Amino acid sequence: MAKISPLQIYKFLPGTNCLECGESSCMAFASALIERKKKIDACVPLMEKKEYAEKKEKLIDLLTPPVKEITIGNVVIGGEEVMYRHDLTYFNPTAFFIDVDDSMPRESLIEKVEKVRNFKITRIGQELTLDGIAIRSKTDDPTKFGETVLSIYENYYMPFILCSYNPEILEVGLEIAAERKPLLYAATRDNWEAVADLALKHGCPVVASSPGDIQGLADLVQNLSDNGIKDIVLDIGSYPGGKQFYEMNENLAILRRLAIEEREKLFGYPILGVPMVAWMKEKDAVKATMKEATLAAVQLLRYCDALILHSPETWSLLPLLTLRQNIYTDPRVPISVEAGARVIGSPDENSPVLLTSNFALTYYTVEGDLQSSKVSCYLLVVDTEGLAVEVAMAGNKLTAAGVKEALEEAKLLEKVNHKKLIIPGRAARISGEIEEETGWEVIVGPIDSSRIGGFLEEKWGV
Amino acid sequence: MNLERALLELIGTEEIEELELENVKVDVDELIFEIKRAAMAYQLAQAKQLPVSRTEEKKEVYAYTPPVKTYKGSVAEVCLGATKADGGTRGKVVKIGGQSTLYRFEGGHKNKPIVSFDVFDIPMPSFPKSLREFWGDVWEDPADWAKRAVKLGSEVVTLHLISTDPRIKDTPPKEAAKTLEDVLQAVDVPLIVGGSGNPDKDPMVFEKVAEAAEGEMLLIASANLDLDYKKVVDAAVKYKHNVLSFTSMNITDQQTLNRLLFDAGLPKERLVQDPTTGALGYGLDYTYSIIERLKQNALKGDELLQNPVFCGVTNAWAAREAWMNEPSWGPREYRGPLWEILTAITVINAGADGMMMLHPKAVKTVKNLLAAASGEDEGDGELRYEDWLGGV
Repeated sequence: MAKISPLQIYKFLPGTNCLECGESSCMAFASALIERKKKIDACVPLMEKKEYAEKKEKLIDLLTPPVKEITIGNVVIGGEEVMYRHDLTYFNPTAFFIDVDDSMPRESLIEKVEKVRNFKITRIGQELTLDGIAIRSKTDDPTKFGETVLSIYENYYMPFILCSYNPEILEVGLEIAAERKPLLYAATRDNWEAVADLALKHGCPVVASSPGDIQGLADLVQNLSDNGIKDIVLDIGSYPGGKQFYEMNENLAILRRLAIEEREKLFGYPILGVPMVAWMKEKDAVKATMKEATLAAVQLLRYCDALILHSPETWSLLPLLTLRQNIYTDPRVPISVEAGARVIGSPDENSPVLLTSNFALTYYTVEGDLQSSKVSCYLLVVDTEGLAVEVAMAGNKLTAAGVKEALEEAKLLEKVNHKKLIIPGRAARISGEIEEETGWEVIVGPIDSSRIGGFLEEKWGV
Repeated sequence: MNLERALLELIGTEEIEELELENVKVDVDELIFEIKRAAMAYQLAQAKQLPVSRTEEKKEVYAYTPPVKTYKGSVAEVCLGATKADGGTRGKVVKIGGQSTLYRFEGGHKNKPIVSFDVFDIPMPSFPKSLREFWGDVWEDPADWAKRAVKLGSEVVTLHLISTDPRIKDTPPKEAAKTLEDVLQAVDVPLIVGGSGNPDKDPMVFEKVAEAAEGEMLLIASANLDLDYKKVVDAAVKYKHNVLSFTSMNITDQQTLNRLLFDAGLPKERLVQDPTTGALGYGLDYTYSIIERLKQNALKGDELLQNPVFCGVTNAWAAREAWMNEPSWGPREYRGPLWEILTAITVINAGADGMMMLHPKAVKTVKNLLAAASGEDEGDGELRYEDWLGGV
């Protein structure tokens, strides 16, 4: 898909530069719409004046992403405009829902839900969290399902997916939790009429499930939308291995290509993956968690906008959430930070001087570690062309000459009364060269900056 | 006669221009009445049909066909290793690349990505604990290390001659070549041979290595913009080897270096690209998008990028989340391999053709996945997906 240009949008704006939207011109507003920094209703004249009615309609059509945005509770999924993140960026990160079922004893149910709600790991200044709970009718007993939904509903304000193929069971869940707008799993070729009625009655989004069958999925979506359902999530089935995995892997790419490149509206919806199918044939919990995480990673990379996972283990969720963080990072944001000396804490003339690369992730990691170890120091950021230390070493982008230049430019000798430089452990190879080139004494620091606190205490006495 | 029906039929026939009634005695009023009635009935019948036909016109029923595209370019197929018939001593060769379509369902994928274990020419006590466990007892001897790698499923073995680095052991090129010969003797899979990353020493090491393994179709890892790449290409051409073209996450650099290597005489089907692999959480996103762009540009017809991509997935172990003993992150003996697995899955999805890896469990998982993703794995029977609700 070709990106929309500001000019294309500008054609449908009033062009009066009235500034009511808060931007400096209609053209600037057009750019802000593309970046999704502003919404179309910020343009008051366009929304209110009759003369612009036609333009407004066309602009809404132009701005509607080929993959519809769907809201589950308060989490938004879909809304994607491109197949490949380098063509623009991905917008709404894949939502992680953790599975609970109605056969769980109340205590372990609450324990698991608590764990999901409290899950939080901070990486490079971002909080990695989980998005919601998938409540599954395992027993096919409406009473048990109702009890389970109620005990979660009463105590936790989190987005839900209600899971059953039995419309009566879904109804029991909806009677309790409908106002939270849960996602209904699932309408199939056999039950879609009853599930569609429920979705319409309660205004909830619904999953259209057609495992392994794209034509069947199209027919099902057609039926649902003919009956007035607008918020649909696609499910083409999840498979951990074998020929079925091969087909799933290709089908996921096919669905998104049809939606974005072929503009086929029947597939213009977010996709759901259920990596927890990995547990169906695997009794060993560690092996099942490993298989589930593997399948989840494949599905996350193949356009799935929401996932249902069974394992709440941090050792599998941390890698998966880190992958999500990577893939949904905006590629348009520069990867390097400015070179030069940074002040950490309140250093004086005796404070240590440390060196790192200008790769944004390296810099933020080192800076975070220094701050959490509460050391005051100067952090000298060397221009390594935005590469991490190890990569920069391999590519000769972190050199003694470069370090010398950085030291001189930062005028560090005016700030400290010593000539001692602490370099990253991964740059140990060039310690001698740096000493020769700069005349500073080099101290080789730890390989990983997480150990910097203890290191400085030992070597610097701070 | 049934006048109404007769009239109806007549009116319904478009060709009629004139209506003649013969031998029929009817009262004029009755006739007019009957004609009106018939006309109304006909219109009614038409009206009933019309919406049906209109909807059929408006709503075409969607018929699915896979969205297969055609591409201008294709990726060269590179052959690693040579058997006796081709002047080498390997048991079999391994082919990578060769795609003519972006996706497998489009029909243009003949090879599946491969996995190569890393082997070093000196012990690696700095390895994280979960790797020391697997390799600690063989790392004194690269030949033993390579044997175990093959036993654990390595389709190709990567021998890193890092001890040649003047700052490590400064092993002379001749001695390094001897290490390679030992490994060639010990295993019969194709080999990738890496240097130390020292731009002055590497070309000298590669010259000796290339000569010692003449005809084996090694993959020499690597040529880059900072060393005497001509020397590397000359050795590869003279002694029949492939060259890894290594750049640092920069497409323009990759084009430049590939062109320089081709200009220096390296045949197209002897070049493999390595755009640098960042670890999961530490730059993997850049690697991901660069590989996607390399492959897409190759298929669009950029002749400077039409080569297979090899990735140092091993870099995953540089991430602290992979090795650090941090209880709040869960046990590292599972977290570490998974970190490597997810790094591998990411580059595979982007289009990588080969991966260097280190953890045997990670390699096993990735190889299973690759077999399944290429449609080769029958699996353990069909899974009825719908059963997940009651089945977990």
